[in-house]
Amino acid sequence: MEVTRQKLDNLRIQQVTAQRMLKGDVPDEELEQYVEERLLFTTLEKAQNWARANAVWPATFGLACCAIEMISVIGSPRNDLARFGAEVSRASPRQADMLILSGRVSIKMAPVIRRLYDQMLEPKWVISMGACASSAGMFNNYALVAGADRFLPIDVYIPGCPPRPEALMYGIIKLQKKILDQPDLGWRERYKAQGTEERA
Amino acid sequence: MPDATGLELIAQRVRDELGDDAVVGTAYYRDQATLEASPARVHDVLAFIKNHPEEPFEFLSSLHGCDYLPDAPRLGVHYELLSMTRAERLRVKTRVGVDEAHVPTVTDLWPGANFQEREVWDMFGVEFGDHPDHRRILMPEDYEGHPQRRDFPIGGEPVIFTFNENEMPRWYE
Amino acid sequence: MSSQEGKNPLAVPYREREQSITMESLGNGQGEGQAPVYGTELERDSELFTINIGPHHPATHGVLRLLVTLEGEYVHELTPLIGYVHTGIEKSCEDQSYWKVIPFVERMDYLSYYFNAMAFCTAVERLLELEVPERAQYLRVIHMELNRISSHLFWMATSILDFGAISFLWWGIRDREMTLDLFEMSSGQRMHPRYFQVGGVMEDIPPGWEQKCREFLARMPSRIDQYEAVLDKNEIFLHRTRNVGVVSKERLLALGVTGPLLRAAGHPWDLRKAMPYSSYEHFDFKVPVGTVGDHYDRYQVRIAEMRESLKIIEQALDGLPEGRYITDNRKIALPPRHELATSMEALIHHFKLVTEGFRVPPGEAYSAVESPRGELGCFVVADGSAKPARVHMRDPSFVNLQSLKDMSEGTLIADLIASVAMLDPILGGIDR
Repeated sequence: MEVTRQKLDNLRIQQVTAQRMLKGDVPDEELEQYVEERLLFTTLEKAQNWARANAVWPATFGLACCAIEMISVIGSPRNDLARFGAEVSRASPRQADMLILSGRVSIKMAPVIRRLYDQMLEPKWVISMGACASSAGMFNNYALVAGADRFLPIDVYIPGCPPRPEALMYGIIKLQKKILDQPDLGWRERYKAQGTEERA
Repeated sequence: MPDATGLELIAQRVRDELGDDAVVGTAYYRDQATLEASPARVHDVLAFIKNHPEEPFEFLSSLHGCDYLPDAPRLGVHYELLSMTRAERLRVKTRVGVDEAHVPTVTDLWPGANFQEREVWDMFGVEFGDHPDHRRILMPEDYEGHPQRRDFPIGGEPVIFTFNENEMPRWYE
Repeated sequence: MSSQEGKNPLAVPYREREQSITMESLGNGQGEGQAPVYGTELERDSELFTINIGPHHPATHGVLRLLVTLEGEYVHELTPLIGYVHTGIEKSCEDQSYWKVIPFVERMDYLSYYFNAMAFCTAVERLLELEVPERAQYLRVIHMELNRISSHLFWMATSILDFGAISFLWWGIRDREMTLDLFEMSSGQRMHPRYFQVGGVMEDIPPGWEQKCREFLARMPSRIDQYEAVLDKNEIFLHRTRNVGVVSKERLLALGVTGPLLRAAGHPWDLRKAMPYSSYEHFDFKVPVGTVGDHYDRYQVRIAEMRESLKIIEQALDGLPEGRYITDNRKIALPPRHELATSMEALIHHFKLVTEGFRVPPGEAYSAVESPRGELGCFVVADGSAKPARVHMRDPSFVNLQSLKDMSEGTLIADLIASVAMLDPILGGIDR
């Protein structure tokens, strides 16, 4: 039996359904569906998202000055990222969940970053930290790709040059909220990017 | 720094040793001495100044290029020399045009000029004869154009304000 | 070496060499993330094996790519490939007025931001023949020495992390946070604060800054003692650094290397002592010089430099003169805000400076400072307008990188990692 996920945020529907259940007016299949939706799928998905959000492991990827502030967040006892779940930063992209693009993306580096992103396994998220990774920053010239969102799907943009460590932490918390709200379907579905697969 | 008379003395020594065509001119501006050499002889001039018995300048601080558009000849290569024993700096420069941009390499005198000459080639297009590794260093190797020339456009993308947002082409179009 | 006909990896055309990082498949059944093509070819031909370290690697030194040809565990040949963070800073600077160049230039060598700005400001001040007031000189010295300490602490944090002592990452960054607090207090921003202006500094230090600085000076020496206590006689560290990576000072001088690398090899050249700038001659400090020129000497030189910087800051704070913090030449520096309400000329000067900027008479100047990595020079060509015609930064890491080949060819690959760490490369400065 197919169970669809419904956004039952309509209070009136909930009230009417509850009244009908008390009266005994709800037929068996509908009752079963009601119970399954609440007990099985919704809770499991929420638990899965909660687990994913609170254990996002960043890949050590620093490009330029923003990397210093990123190391300040990951490595500093004052602003500690491990308390938000980013316990270890994995060097290998195959083992990492999140790519924090910290620094200026030059035209020579862009295919390398794309390669790294493709090596990461689903689910994966990208935070573009700083002005240079989100747009060209202050370097609007021949040597930079104006914003990494030209070749990567980015989830959170953090402005600043460089952003304070607290700003980076706020961005990561926002990413966690985004993961909680939006169950992850893989980035191609999330960004409606079907058709961007590599040629075999 | 060698003062103005010291600079003239050095220039005269170079002329005596290598002939009058080696030195194109001297300039003394804001307490900094500049000796301009002709492009074909710049290697000999630098070797002479480096190994001079009395006043050698044995350390190459920096090798960089400059585009003097609209002055001709356009491209300049600067050699910043330093004497650590006397704490003095001397600048030697040559000017070449875009069409005959050939300067002899100084990697045999100073191996540290390797990366710096590659950068001048990459950014300005000055060829250094006999350079061991004449490739682009900062831009991708198959990049066309020499970015730091003055007539190379600065690039980048147009900034979209509200008055021009409907005319500007977006990258996804 | 067995057969010398092993293919030079650089002889392969560029796009084919980079093929491991393009989107097309390699065509011979290999998919994403496999070894590069030339590595397997060489393996069949000879004993030499070329690997590619970087541009993304766990060492936190930036996007440096090394093509290393190995024979077993020994490095046969090494080629650094750079340019992965080339930002076109020098070209962008030609488009901005002189005081707008300062933020661009600061982001070049991104750990020693005050030094970049200082080199540029002294070059422009030389072109303008501008006198910097003494209080501004002392403030510049204090901030530069604090930046030297924070740069060496970060070097220590990441380099000793490469050796395997992971706690140094936490300790170094913890102490660096104290200096960043001081920078934030004086200028409002932790990194790249645009504090040095042409003619002085942007603002005077606020009340309470001096006291906080003295607290930092009181705390630091014992911290440095603790770091030395862990590393100085540590057997693993000694094995990895003693007599490793020795390059003779004649070779270093020929390569153009300056800074702690040259001083560790025994050549006592420090621009602060030899060609003093910004009233460094008023301070009494020593320049640490090594003897052998191995990694252990480089480490010791940097730790000792931190102690000397503490002494300089203390003397500068004690002797900080009263006076202006920026030159009072209104054509170059902004007039103070309160004057804008009363004086018409101040308003006009402010307007001209903000919209167009000050003009510099035509000429060229090169000015160098001693940054934590070596001689950081700035070459400015002015053409009479409000924008520079050419700004070139002579970056120390760019020239120092050429000594990596000498340090590591013929040694083990583990020593290569140690050499990259001890070289202290900052890729922002190398690539500009």
